[in-house]
Order: sequence, then C-alpha cells, then structure tokens
Amino acid sequence: MDDQTSVILSRYPRGHRDCLIPILQDIQEEYGYLSESSVIEVARYLGLPSSKIFGLATFYNQFRFEPRGRFHIRLCHGTSCHVTAASEIIKELGKKLRIGPGEISRDGMFSLELVACMGACHLAPLMQVNDNYHTRLDPAGIRDIIDSYIEGEE
Amino acid sequence: MSLNTHIPVDKEYLVNNVLLNESADLPADVEKLLKLVRREKVKYPVIFVGTGSCGLISGAGETLIEINKYLSDRDLRADVVETGCTGYCSMEPVIEVQLPGKTRVSFKNVTSEKLPFVLDGMFNSMVPVEHVLGQYKSPSLELWKDVPFIGELSFFSMQYRNLMKNWGRINPLSIEEYIATGGYRSYIKTIRNYTHEEVCDIVEKSGLQGRGGGGFLTGKKWKVAHTVMADQRYLLCNADESDPGGFANRAMIESDPHRLLEGVIIAAYAIGTSKAYIYIRNDYRNAIERLEKAVDRARDYGLLGHDVYGSGFNIDVIIRKGPGAFVCGEETAMISSIEGKRGMPRPKPPYPAVSGLFGKPTVVNNVETLSNIPAIFENGPDWFMSLGNETSPGTKMLVLSGKVNNQGIIEVPMGTSVKDLIFGAGGGIPGKKSFRAVQIGGPSGGFITADNIDIPYDFDSLASEGVYMGSGVMVVLDQDCCIIDTVKYFMDFIQKESCGKCIPCREGTRRMLEVYENITKRPVDENGHTTLERFKGVMQLESLASVIKDTSLCGLGQKAPNPVISSLKYFRSEYEEHIFDRKCSAGVCKELRLFYIDVEKCTGCTACAPKCPESAIIGTKHHPFFIVEEKCTGCGICYDVCKFSAILVK
Ligand SMILES: Cc1cc2nc3c(=O)[nH]c(=O)nc-3n(C[C@H](O)[C@H](O)[C@H](O)COP(=O)(O)O)c2cc1C
Ligand code: SF4
Ligand code: SF4
Ligand code: FES
Ligand code: FES
Repeated sequence: MDDQTSVILSRYPRGHRDCLIPILQDIQEEYGYLSESSVIEVARYLGLPSSKIFGLATFYNQFRFEPRGRFHIRLCHGTSCHVTAASEIIKELGKKLRIGPGEISRDGMFSLELVACMGACHLAPLMQVNDNYHTRLDPAGIRDIIDSYIEGEE
Repeated sequence: MSLNTHIPVDKEYLVNNVLLNESADLPADVEKLLKLVRREKVKYPVIFVGTGSCGLISGAGETLIEINKYLSDRDLRADVVETGCTGYCSMEPVIEVQLPGKTRVSFKNVTSEKLPFVLDGMFNSMVPVEHVLGQYKSPSLELWKDVPFIGELSFFSMQYRNLMKNWGRINPLSIEEYIATGGYRSYIKTIRNYTHEEVCDIVEKSGLQGRGGGGFLTGKKWKVAHTVMADQRYLLCNADESDPGGFANRAMIESDPHRLLEGVIIAAYAIGTSKAYIYIRNDYRNAIERLEKAVDRARDYGLLGHDVYGSGFNIDVIIRKGPGAFVCGEETAMISSIEGKRGMPRPKPPYPAVSGLFGKPTVVNNVETLSNIPAIFENGPDWFMSLGNETSPGTKMLVLSGKVNNQGIIEVPMGTSVKDLIFGAGGGIPGKKSFRAVQIGGPSGGFITADNIDIPYDFDSLASEGVYMGSGVMVVLDQDCCIIDTVKYFMDFIQKESCGKCIPCREGTRRMLEVYENITKRPVDENGHTTLERFKGVMQLESLASVIKDTSLCGLGQKAPNPVISSLKYFRSEYEEHIFDRKCSAGVCKELRLFYIDVEKCTGCTACAPKCPESAIIGTKHHPFFIVEEKCTGCGICYDVCKFSAILVK
C-alpha cells in the first residue's frame, strides 16, 4: 500500500510545506483515510515532524484517521436541514447504528459524517449513502432505509 | 459526462473573429454564426438538462439516462445538452426542449418516470401543460400557444439576471458558448488597452463592494495591493463558501465557471500578478470538476499562460481544495491553509493586501465579487452603478431556503425589500402557516421579523437592523420553527468551528451554548432556584456577547454573538416562554414537551407503554394509562403510537 503513497508523493516537490494539504487529500482520496504509516512517509518527504502533520490534519473536518464504512453516510446538518429537524435524524441514526458523527460501526458496515449544506435545501433534510441520495427524510423512515442496505448486502 | 455538442465554429475562428475583434459590434456573418452557437436557431431538437448538484440530487442524472434511452429507442435525432441550474431548486429536475423554429420551453420536476410523457408531447407538438414551467421569449421564433412566459413567473419576474444570465442556458463546460455570449472579450480588451491602475479605477468607480460579506470596495482593495512594492503578488478567490446554508457560489461555478475565471484573470491583471489561486471547498466535487475543465479550456485557448495574445501578460490559475473548516473562509486563515498550516487567522493589520500569502501582497475576493467583473467591463461602471441603490450598487445573489414556497437562488438588484423577496420571488410560506422570521447571513447574521420585513436588502439597511449580510443566505422560519433552537444551532456550530486561538471566542461561545442548552433542557427536578439559574444565564448572554465581540481576533468570534443579540432584541417573549413557562410553542425543543394521557380517550389498548424508552407509561389493560412526568423525556414516541389521539402535549 505504501507504493501508492510514494506515487502520490512523487507528484509533488520535496520539502514544500504548501504541498502538505494537497498530498494528504490525494492520500485520503486513494485510501479513504490517513493511516499512521502514510503520515510518517509524508513527514519524511516534507521534512516535517509527523506530530505537526497530525496536528494539522485534526484541525480540518475532512481528514479521517479510520477507514470509512462499506456504506458511508453523509448527513446534511446545514441550517435548512436543521430547521427541518435533521437533529432528529442524527438521533435515529445513532439509535439504529449505535454510532455518532465521525464514527464507524463495529462491523465496519456504516460510517457517519455530518456535512454542511449539500446545496439541495429544498429536499431537506437529506443524506447521501455512498452514491445514493435520500431526501425529505422522516425520522420514522430511517430504520427502513438502513435495513434496505443491510438486506442488500446479505 | 457527455457534454459535447455540435458547435459550428472552431478555436481559430473564435479567437480571430471574436476575441481579437475589439469593435463593439461584430460583423453580421460572425454574429450569424454565434447565434448558432448560442442556439438561438437550431436545426435539430435540443434537450437541455440541468445537472448542477441540486439537479443531480433531485434526480437529473436518471432523467438524463432516460432521455438518451428515449431517443435511441425511437431512433430520434436530437442534441442533448447538460446545463447548470436555473436557480429554481424546487422545480428540479428541470429540462428544456427547443424544437426548430419554436421557442424554448422549460419543464419542471421531470423525474425519469415523467420524462417519456413530456417528450411524447413535445415531439407531437402538444405541450404537456401540467409539466410546463414556461417558455422563453424570442423575437425570431414562433411562440407556443397557451404556455406562460418563464420570465413572468413570480420567482423570476423581479429578478435581474446579470451574474446568472447564462445559468441553465448554456453548457457550462463549453468555452465556445461562453465566448458566443460575449465572454472573455472584456478580458482581452482590458489587457490590451488599460493599465493596471485604470482597471482598478474602473472597478472602484463602479462601486462594487465585496460580496463575501464585508462589503469593502473592491477597486480600492486592488489599488492597495497594486501600490505596495513587491516582487510577487497573489490573487486569491474565496470559494470556500463556509456558511452552513449557502450554495450560491457553488452553483455559480457549476453553471458558468468561465465567468468566474474571467473575473479572476482580470483581477489578477489589475493588481499585477501572474499567479491566482482559487480556494474551493473540497466537498464541492461537481464544481471542482467543472472549474478544472474550465481552466483547461482557457489554457487551450491561450487565455491562460505566457504572454497572452502578445500583451505581455502572464497568468496561471491554481485550484486549491479546502479541507473543511468554517474559519478558513476568513481570509487570513485561508492564507495559512494554502501555506500548508492550520487555518488560524492572523491579526490585521497588516492586511493581506499589504502582506498576505507567503508574506506577499494578496487580494482575497469572493466568487460573486469576481463574477461581477466581466460585465462591469462589458457594460461600463456607470451601468453597474445604475443597478441597485445608492448605498449598494449592483445586484446580489440570494439563497431562499427553509419554509418558503419557491426555494432556490435568485439575483435581484440591491435594495429590493426583504418582503418582496420572501412573498414575491419566494411565493410566501407553504401550507397556510404564518411567517415568523427570516434568518439572514448564517452564523454571523441575524433575524428580520414581520415588524421590519419592509427593509431594503442592502449592506447599510441590514446593518442598521444589526444584521450582517454575509453570504446572502435567507432561511425563512415559520410558526413551527423555534428561534431559540435556531440560535442554539448556530452557537453549537460556532463553538465547534472556533479555531481556539482566542479564549473569549473559544470559551465564551461554549458558555453561550450551555445557556441555550439549559433553557431547552428539562432539569431533573424543577424548583424556583433552577428558574433563577436559567434567567441569570440569559442575562449573562448580553455581557458575554459584548466581551466576545470586542476581544476576538477574527470575524468568526466578533460576529458569533450576532444571532444571540438579534434574537434577544426581537424575541424576548420566546426566551421568557422557555425560561419561565418551560414551553416551546413551536414544539421543537422536545425536552420541554410534557405529555399526558387523556383519561376520556385512552382505551387502555397498551400500545404505548412497551414503546416508551424510559418506561414512563404505567397502567393496566382496558383502563386508562398514565405518564410519570418525572421519567418522561418528551421524545414523543407514545404520541405517534397512540391510535386514539389520547396522548396530548401540555
Ligand atoms: C468566519 C468567517 C468566514 C468567512 N467565510 C467566507 C466565505 O465563505 N466566503 C467569502 O467569500 N468570504 C468569507 N469571509 C470573508 C473573507 O474573510 C473576506 O472578507 C472575503 O473573502 C473578501 O472578499 P470580498 O471583498 O470579495 O467580499 C469570511 C469571514 C469570516 C470571518
Ligand atoms: S475569534 Fe475565534 S476563530 Fe477567530 S481567531 Fe479567535 S478563536 Fe480563532
Ligand atoms: S414522550 Fe417518550 S418518554 Fe414520554 S411517555 Fe411518551 S414515549 Fe415515554
Ligand atoms: S442545509 Fe442541508 S442541503 Fe442545504
Ligand atoms: S437549481 Fe441549482 S442550486 Fe438548485
């Protein structure tokens, strides 16, 4: 797996700190998250302590340090979605999946990410599960949606 | 994405006959060809599909597949063109059909199931009226009978579309179509005829103010950066759009990326730099893809690169993806982020225009600000001045969302009244509910209520009501929305997004959030003392607000108390209701709801008791049940379960 990290690194000049974020984004794009070993490799390449890189990556919302679930849920918690009761959806998802925002279920099936406005407020509240969108969500219907993914995989 | 369409002209032709021809009127034969590029006249039927993010989420992707299937099944010849969005989100997926000789007709909510019906009608020259949005006016084409004009719909009639003039009309990926609508001619004219100072002057004269929220005069900012002595300067386009309810900048990029790009390049020329960055939110995948393609096309046309058309001007545009932090919308934080650091704001002065990216003079401008530039050079600064009102020239893009009938993005002259926006373009409140307030400017903004809804939407008027324009997001709230809960949402957001550098911002906003949590939460046992605590908490909000405002380093902290102050000003009674009566009349603060069972209606069916997560419902079969108030958390499950409407809210 470190091969791919090297390929990514080779696209950037050595030792240029302003390339750090684009490099981390490319790695996350490739693997879905930032593993410890890839961060160490980036640190060596840019001549920075790896603690600095972790410090930077944890500052931003989009870097993850754990893989995504097989079904990655992006739930919108922008303003419009909030006023149409997105927090109820977060609660329902929490109850059903036993995970909170930023977490992954123990079986690795579902992970949950909260995002700000997906740009389709007229369909609020809404969520994206991998490439599918579920719109105008109703807290009562959440269990069925999740079950349909579980059944689909069986 | 299949965005190739039939274009009757090539690059050489467009460059030599259009871009490099500086006369105001192009020769008739050129115009004639451009008309074809603009599809003012078509040989074959053309079907347009809006595939902006909003359209795609509404199902435009499936509609597109269905269109292609429809055509190939029937062996019909037609061009299929992907466009950006119309801005009328509630009507997505929108498709438009243009038949040879006839005007272009727009259809609403065309999901894949409805598509065959719409096309069957059109190909038989019978407009399926129930799906029609409207037709476009055109002097040379035959009108459809009994089809309304799209420009006369309430959503469109008060709009003045300059920034959005190509939205939903052209293929955003086609540089040819952009050029055919007059695009990139301002740019070539500018770099060939004007000095840097003259460009700054023209923009200053137009009165254009920054659309990122602050409203600073754009031309003035450019001048500062241009005057500072430096071996390198930078232009930085702020496409981070960090307001959690905003999407107008994204839609701009998805619908007409070349307009932004042209603005970026002209601005770079004005300040005398060869390097421009566009910092765009990483999760704007569709927009990033379109922007990257636009940059490639512009490079291919020689509009980017070395010595552009012999002018001596060099320009390169670099796209940077913002990894998600609200504070990175703040210019100095964005600069740190591009430098590869944590996005923490720096003290100002020095302003970025003096010392910014890598310590060099840097102009940061918003997407909408820069998208205004090409038209200012096309039509002149006086034209721009004549739009809008005295204090705020030009137009403004606004997002209408929340509890309003017509949701979407509109562009109106500055100074249009908030009432007209909501009840005119927005078409009022759905479902006979009553208007409560409109939240303007997101986490840095405030509320406008029924009492002052007549105020004009411009920088100064809003500021006089304590509302910060911000990104132009308007979230309409009706009687079912709770103001307290909305402010709590913003505090929660701000508190999580504070970069942590300043103690008042970091700790003060957390303290504010606690106050809101307290007044919306049911304490374990209620006595006079707890009411006093809540009351004191709210009293404290005002002094907290002024400390946070005065002592925070950046706009995030300085403006964080705005929703609090604004809600305290207009919605005192709602605070009182939450504090003293322990009630949320909108029913949003769930923990404040008290449920009880009506003994007359309860049949003792036992449906509710096992469903209660707190085991708060007791009783015996066939006798009325009872809710133990101390245990009930107000979740409302029993309320939904009861078939006899025996469970009521206090
Ligand atoms: C917390 C915070 C968030 C901001 N977010 C944005 C944003 O998303 N987009 C934007 O253009 N400006 C944003 N700004 C304003 C920028 O700092 C800056 O003033 C603006 O980009 C300047 O461009 P303009 O003069 O064209 O408005 C934000 C400011 C603060 C304090
Ligand atoms: S005001 Fe808040 S966000 Fe801004 S620099 Fe200070 S702590 Fe950071
Ligand atoms: S509202 Fe919820 S907690 Fe209260 S009685 Fe009903 S089910 Fe139980
Ligand atoms: S707030 Fe959720 S889509 Fe806009
Ligand atoms: S129509 Fe494009 S954002 Fe909704």
